[in-house]
Amino acid sequence: MKKVFTRPESLKDIPFHYCPGCTHGIVHRLVAEVIDEMDMYERALGVAPVGCSVFIYNYMDFDMYQAAHGRAPAVATGIKRVLPDRLVFTYQGDGDAAAIGTGELVHAAARGEKITVIFINNAVYAMTGGQMAPTTLLGQKTTTTPAGRDAGINGMPVKVCEMLAPLDGSAYLARVSVHNPKNIVAAKKAIRKAFDIQMRGDGFTLVEVLSSCPTNWGLSPLEALKWLEQNMIPYYPLGEYKTPAEVGK
Amino acid sequence: MAKVLMKGNEAIGEGAVRAGCRYFFGYPITPQSELPHYLAKRMPEVGGLYLQSESETAAANMVFGAAGAGARVMTSSSGPGISLMQEGISYIAGAELPCVIVNMIRGGPGLGNIAPAQSDYFQAVKGGGHGDYRVICLAPASVQEIIDLMQDAFDLADKYRNPVMLLADGVLGQMMEPVELGEEKFVQPPEKPWAATGRKKGGPKRLINSLYIVPEECEQHNLKLAKKYAVISREEQRWEEYHLDDARLVIVAFGTSARVCKAVVDRARDEGMAVGLLRPITVWPYPTGVIKRIREKVDRFLVVEMNMGQMIEDVRLAVEGARPVHFYGRAGGMMPVARDIFNEVKKLYNGGAEQ
Repeated sequence: MKKVFTRPESLKDIPFHYCPGCTHGIVHRLVAEVIDEMDMYERALGVAPVGCSVFIYNYMDFDMYQAAHGRAPAVATGIKRVLPDRLVFTYQGDGDAAAIGTGELVHAAARGEKITVIFINNAVYAMTGGQMAPTTLLGQKTTTTPAGRDAGINGMPVKVCEMLAPLDGSAYLARVSVHNPKNIVAAKKAIRKAFDIQMRGDGFTLVEVLSSCPTNWGLSPLEALKWLEQNMIPYYPLGEYKTPAEVGK
Repeated sequence: MAKVLMKGNEAIGEGAVRAGCRYFFGYPITPQSELPHYLAKRMPEVGGLYLQSESETAAANMVFGAAGAGARVMTSSSGPGISLMQEGISYIAGAELPCVIVNMIRGGPGLGNIAPAQSDYFQAVKGGGHGDYRVICLAPASVQEIIDLMQDAFDLADKYRNPVMLLADGVLGQMMEPVELGEEKFVQPPEKPWAATGRKKGGPKRLINSLYIVPEECEQHNLKLAKKYAVISREEQRWEEYHLDDARLVIVAFGTSARVCKAVVDRARDEGMAVGLLRPITVWPYPTGVIKRIREKVDRFLVVEMNMGQMIEDVRLAVEGARPVHFYGRAGGMMPVARDIFNEVKKLYNGGAEQ
């Protein structure tokens, strides 16, 4: 009988440590599937962040790096400049990429660094206990915004794709979601496109993945996906914010 | 071969290129600017890369990535920038990556000034960043020595898979001296099977990492590092001796202050005083061996530094109370003057006040 579904070769056969309903597992799988399909297992190098997904370095079967909090784009820069023919990606959460690592993220994009950032936006610091992230929505309750995020105190949530789009160095910026199968398929396409554009040498690429965190949102896995769809997508519209055709316009 | 006239900062750059370094990541700061200027020109000539980062924090992490990918890589900065790099240096030490970091020390604390100082000694040799780690620290005292030590710096970094810091100051960076460059030869950096360059199917997975979430494993990692540091401490102590054989008073000084002290020793010898100089070339590992060897034969030690007394603690640890250890220092970017040190020597030599 023909096998129609199997574990990607790039994904190690070990159980994930993630909470029930967490979407990291889905995104890990998408990245691994794309690397398999591009036949890049031997040339893929991933950079793990600090946060829940630090152990992506265990789940990916190829060579990996672990970076200091927020510094993954700088580490990836060092790798890619030494090994320009490799597929180099970072996998970062919203605290990592949009707060402590904003400088590294913006300047990797500004330099047109030929790397891909897989940016997981779940609107919360998850591993440290559900604190407010730069992407936490207005009114969203977290352990450090118990009355809900207040624009007067904390400002407005950061829109990363929109922030990076004006930079000439960014070649591909897309926001996707993994709250249902249709969007998961679209997310995989965006990751493939970003990796292809990176390998073509067009510039900096980033895929923002709207993700759920049932544990820190205080919702069931299913409720969390609904909350994502109803609350995150209106503020963080899905779509491509930059494609190579626009570079240099 | 003919000698050429070079600035210390340029000598660091040329020495690095000759040692096979092909990657430089850094952020502008005074007083090390001639080094990035030199390498921005020189690196492309040898197929290397000079990349200006957005901050010293980023520079240290670019070094982390490049070193993990197997390259001979360096960065340079001065006090305030080195402080920003400490996060990266801790990760580099934790992940056991080889690299060279240059600190052209300036006056501190805070913004301080841009004048020469030795006040980052503690930061360099006692830690600097978080966690239990060591950085090999080389302290040249001349432009020629800079050239020679750059090759050693990269070799030591690769040999021990450890960051190496070159500690100097604005005087050494700015001054011009004639140097013998020797023949330029192609340096093939050693094989690095641990570098994460892409996993061959069926081959070992490489992971560049400093996270050990299980305390038992993190302790094992620390024990492994400690073992390595013990080997370095035993094998790599370097120093220069100047009139030590019959010295009753021994001056201990490194880098620029050691140059001034050499003149003091000459003058003291002219006036019949048995004074010698011990100049540590490695300040970590500290050359405790030579101090232990000579401490019973001398009357007292005088430590001279361009700070308010930092290396003196390492001298006292090596002397172990056997002899008095005195201090003379200038701080905030001020240089010790030979005449003032000489007066201190004279007072102490003639049985000056115990401290």
